[in-house]
Amino acid sequence: MMGLAKRIIPCLDVEAGRVVKGVKFVDIRDAGDPVETARRYDQQGADEIAFLDITASRDARDTLAHVVEAVAAQVFIPLTVGGGIRSIEDIRRLLNAGADKVSINTAAVRDPELVRQASDRFGSQCIVVAIDARASAAASEGSPRWEVFTHGGRKATGIDARAWAAKMEQLGAGEILLTSMDRDGTRDGFDLALTREIAEAVGIPVIASGGVGNLDHLVDGVCIGKADALLAASIFHFGLYTVRAAKERMREAGIEVRL
Amino acid sequence: MQTVVVLDYGMSNLRSVAKALEYVSEGRHRVLVSGRPDDLVRANRIVFPGQGAIGDCMEHITAMGLDRALREVLPAKPFLGICLGLQSLMEWSEEGGGTPGLGVYPGQVVRFPRELHAPASEDILKVPHMGWNQVWPAGPHPLWAGIAPGQRFYFVHSYFVAPKDEELNAAYTEYGVRFTSALARGPVFAVQFHPEKSQQPGLRLLKNFLHWDGNA
Repeated sequence: MMGLAKRIIPCLDVEAGRVVKGVKFVDIRDAGDPVETARRYDQQGADEIAFLDITASRDARDTLAHVVEAVAAQVFIPLTVGGGIRSIEDIRRLLNAGADKVSINTAAVRDPELVRQASDRFGSQCIVVAIDARASAAASEGSPRWEVFTHGGRKATGIDARAWAAKMEQLGAGEILLTSMDRDGTRDGFDLALTREIAEAVGIPVIASGGVGNLDHLVDGVCIGKADALLAASIFHFGLYTVRAAKERMREAGIEVRL
Repeated sequence: MQTVVVLDYGMSNLRSVAKALEYVSEGRHRVLVSGRPDDLVRANRIVFPGQGAIGDCMEHITAMGLDRALREVLPAKPFLGICLGLQSLMEWSEEGGGTPGLGVYPGQVVRFPRELHAPASEDILKVPHMGWNQVWPAGPHPLWAGIAPGQRFYFVHSYFVAPKDEELNAAYTEYGVRFTSALARGPVFAVQFHPEKSQQPGLRLLKNFLHWDGNA
């Protein structure tokens, strides 16, 4: 077998510089320490690590750059950072701190030109557009099948997710991080129809997110959803599965992985 | 103490490269991030990293007088090019409607074809080529020491080099097409992937570079 591996990306929620939301490794000294947690995932074979900043206060956000800096000095795999990024200056600061990619969500909806400016300035390879999508309640002819939401899934935009993904590609996004808000936190598996719809609509890689509850869900995300990479949080955080176990399961299913 | 200059031409994120070099050097090298031509000339070894658009890269390089300095030092001391630091060694790139490179080696930089297919599959391959792919050395070289053939490294690019002289090829990678993922000649070694983001194999390659005398 030869070729590009499908990627597994553990995602860490960071608040005021600390990893939050239940990272529970049995043998970790400080589960709140982003460096130690990232290093653990690196050792397990994570292909990249994503940090999502959920800090509510704008003042506390500067701590994120310090977190990235500390992790980047010790963990030598790609780091993606998202959450509350609003400007070229925000992006510049995080890239300089050692982030390899930034993900932009609400700010891209507010001002799509930010995506163009950012990719012109820093290169498409480091601009990830995060899309939070929900199935439309009353899907009918002409109305979107999946609608883009912002503000952590609270605010509807009326934008069709497929058309939005295509537009983001056109403006210079290097990758799409697609989260099903219907599945997020359910552990029922990815929204495979949504994932496939977007993965086949764009020529750039798509990372599937939202709903992973077991290792078969990861396999389905690639084989049925056609995702290029898979992002998961809780199945790894609670020590249910290691990244390595996930990859072994994927390889058994005939998926190319880095092991 | 030896000085390694990480070439800073004012556009890309150099922290990862510098940090990775410091990590593998274990304090035995001075890692200097600099865009001054005289630092380049004085350095014991040079790393030329880069991401983004090659047009911007070449513009900065030329404006800072680094093109002349690079041509001067390239045949003289161990040099590691990474991504754009590989592509810019060629004569010309298709990117951005056509961009001249440093022209150290004959050949071009070309984009992955549209409608790129995975082997024996209907699936269309995505561009950029992003993620961990296998690197197959074309032959033995001190920089591959301790790195198994087929080892995976992290890639992110839409263009690749096509050197005219096949003997420049130091490694191949498959992504719909077979492309040159590393080239080598004398004290020059340049890779399309990012060793600074490729975990153990990447760190090993950087360490090999720091200990390399520049002879193949």
